[in-house]
Amino acid sequence: MATNEKQPKEVKQQLVNPDHKPRVAALLSIIPGIGQMYNKRFGKGTALFILFAAFAVVLVSSLGPAIGGLITLGEVPGQDDSRVFLSEGLLSATVVAFFIGFYVLNILDAHKDAKRIQLGWEVPNLREGFRNAWDTTFPYVLISPGMFLLIFVVAFPLMFMLALAFTNYNLYNAPPRAILDWVGFQNFTNLFTIAEWRNTLISVFSWTLIWTFVATTLQIILALFLAILVNDPRLKFKKLIRTVFILPWAVPAFVTILIFSALFNDNFGAINRDILIPLFGMSDGIPWLSDPFWTRTALIMIQTWLGFPFVFALFTGVLQSISSDWYEAADIDGANRWQKFKFITFPHVMFATAPLLIMQYSFNFNNFNIIYLFNEGGPAVRGQTAGGTDILISWVYGLTFDNQQFNMAAAISIILGLLVATFAFFQFRRTRSFKEEGSI
Amino acid sequence: MKKGMKKSTKNTLELIIMYAIIAVMFVVIFYPLVWAFGLSLNPTSSMFGASMIPSEPTLEHYRWLFFDERSNYLLWYRNSIVVALATSFFATLIVSLTAYAFSRYRFRGRKNGLYAMLLLQMFPVLMAMVALYILLNTVGLLDSLVGLTLIYIGGAVPMNAFLVKGYFDTIPRELDESARIDGAGHFRVLFQIMLPLAKPILSIVALFNFMTPFMDFILPRIILRSPENFTLALGLFNFVNDQFANNFTRFAAGAILIAVPIATVFLLLQRYLIGGLTAGATKG
Repeated sequence: MATNEKQPKEVKQQLVNPDHKPRVAALLSIIPGIGQMYNKRFGKGTALFILFAAFAVVLVSSLGPAIGGLITLGEVPGQDDSRVFLSEGLLSATVVAFFIGFYVLNILDAHKDAKRIQLGWEVPNLREGFRNAWDTTFPYVLISPGMFLLIFVVAFPLMFMLALAFTNYNLYNAPPRAILDWVGFQNFTNLFTIAEWRNTLISVFSWTLIWTFVATTLQIILALFLAILVNDPRLKFKKLIRTVFILPWAVPAFVTILIFSALFNDNFGAINRDILIPLFGMSDGIPWLSDPFWTRTALIMIQTWLGFPFVFALFTGVLQSISSDWYEAADIDGANRWQKFKFITFPHVMFATAPLLIMQYSFNFNNFNIIYLFNEGGPAVRGQTAGGTDILISWVYGLTFDNQQFNMAAAISIILGLLVATFAFFQFRRTRSFKEEGSI
Repeated sequence: MKKGMKKSTKNTLELIIMYAIIAVMFVVIFYPLVWAFGLSLNPTSSMFGASMIPSEPTLEHYRWLFFDERSNYLLWYRNSIVVALATSFFATLIVSLTAYAFSRYRFRGRKNGLYAMLLLQMFPVLMAMVALYILLNTVGLLDSLVGLTLIYIGGAVPMNAFLVKGYFDTIPRELDESARIDGAGHFRVLFQIMLPLAKPILSIVALFNFMTPFMDFILPRIILRSPENFTLALGLFNFVNDQFANNFTRFAAGAILIAVPIATVFLLLQRYLIGGLTAGATKG
């Protein structure tokens, strides 16, 4: 870049070296490196050529067969492990995709350099070239550890899961004993046509939606109510009250959920034994863990307990920042309390916290911990592959670890992923960072 | 005068109602915690005979956790802290490198990289649990704390890189450009100018990436197999899971020993945490 600026402007369009053809350079770099050598960048050319040659050897010797294995998934039962074939195949496909990207970049690079030479650009010597290379590759050096992990820990498992959804991998057809087959959209078809799967899907999905909506909304309402209450100037000990209200957020959630699970125990939990039976005169308490309706009720109450402090803290921060001028003006206009809430407090609070509140909804949509730790998704329901309080993500867990229906678990994960992605996509389009990013 | 009187009675009444609501909330918040603490002092191990206010309180269960040779509690505590510290350190480092590149350099593929991260941060690592389980099982990396840490770090990259990038973007470019004119190299600008200026957001990232693994349950549940590799959450879950009622008091003691330090740190840092979250939401 720096060398470009040194040239006087009028020279730019004049061809200084009309014999140096960018097209030739591009064509020559079909074998990477040769085009760069034509551009007299020998160091760069040699490096590229060696890299390319090494890759070609690897491609022929192992990547090719691995991608072939991706299609067959192995041939000899008991000897070929389809899972290995699948993962190696996917990895090789990723490497090849990267290579194709570099290959295209290499041709573009030779073409670009040749064009600059045509315009009279002096090829930098080896040392300068090295410096330039360091400058251009530096951002890649920076992002490489993050990207490497992202690819192997996040992207690759997601790809593997995607692939599993199109195989017949389950308890009865499991490698290394058996060979997996590609079954196309069979798993998805089964999910929507076989009665047992369809019914489970419908009931789990509807409960997931109810759960997300009710539990999160209750959290927000309670938090808003308490935040406004504690914000009242007449109240004393505000600091103490706020600290206590944040306490449920401060205690690790897995600890409290397990405690609640014991508290709600049907037979010897304190809710039934110490509160409902003696204080309210119930004869045998409420079946908190064995009746789906009551388990759901308990879960929503517990999530409200766990989740309101965070929203409360957010709201408190916003309330303290609303200028008192607003309220004084409203007083002069003779507004009552409800009007002040409706036209001043509520819009302020919602405007400032909307993205975080939406995050709360998506958090609860995938809130595996509470569902699993409270009652492992139970109680069991007849004629279903999911328990009465299973949400989509905990259903996937159950299918994977209890029933070993890996193919169905993967198929449901994909549906879940599509739901989350659609939601997030619309969300992101509205956030500022996304918009700003477009203008850079 | 009469009107004033009326107003002050109304005032008092309202105050009483407000304090009453707060008192009810206090009871609801404290009841489960105090109940667990009370149970941890019971001499019996089962929940059945135990009561919230034991007649003969004892610290027996706490002693068991620390000193009994069958107890893995200290080991779990150590595992949790090691995993959490390693995750916190490496995640913060990798996240700052990535965020710095995306914030300050214009390179080929930058935009696609940003989109890829936006896309990937939507999917929790959890969603790929089937694949993670099968993959780790195939390569024999199940039951490894290193594998667990790597997954935490990888999962932390996209979301946190956005958070930090947003913060870097607010640091004036003139600062690093003038340093560069003075001859500072790429790394020097990063380590001596950007990172010190970004300290507030980096400490939040470090803290969150310490808390997440420390409190996480599901990934250890998927990955770890042998009791000596368990983290605290998983170990305690197995206390209650094996025979629910039987070890509950012991679980309660272990839970109190986690809840107290974490809650203390948390309450001390709460202002900071909330500030970080709101910053992340408006800038990220």
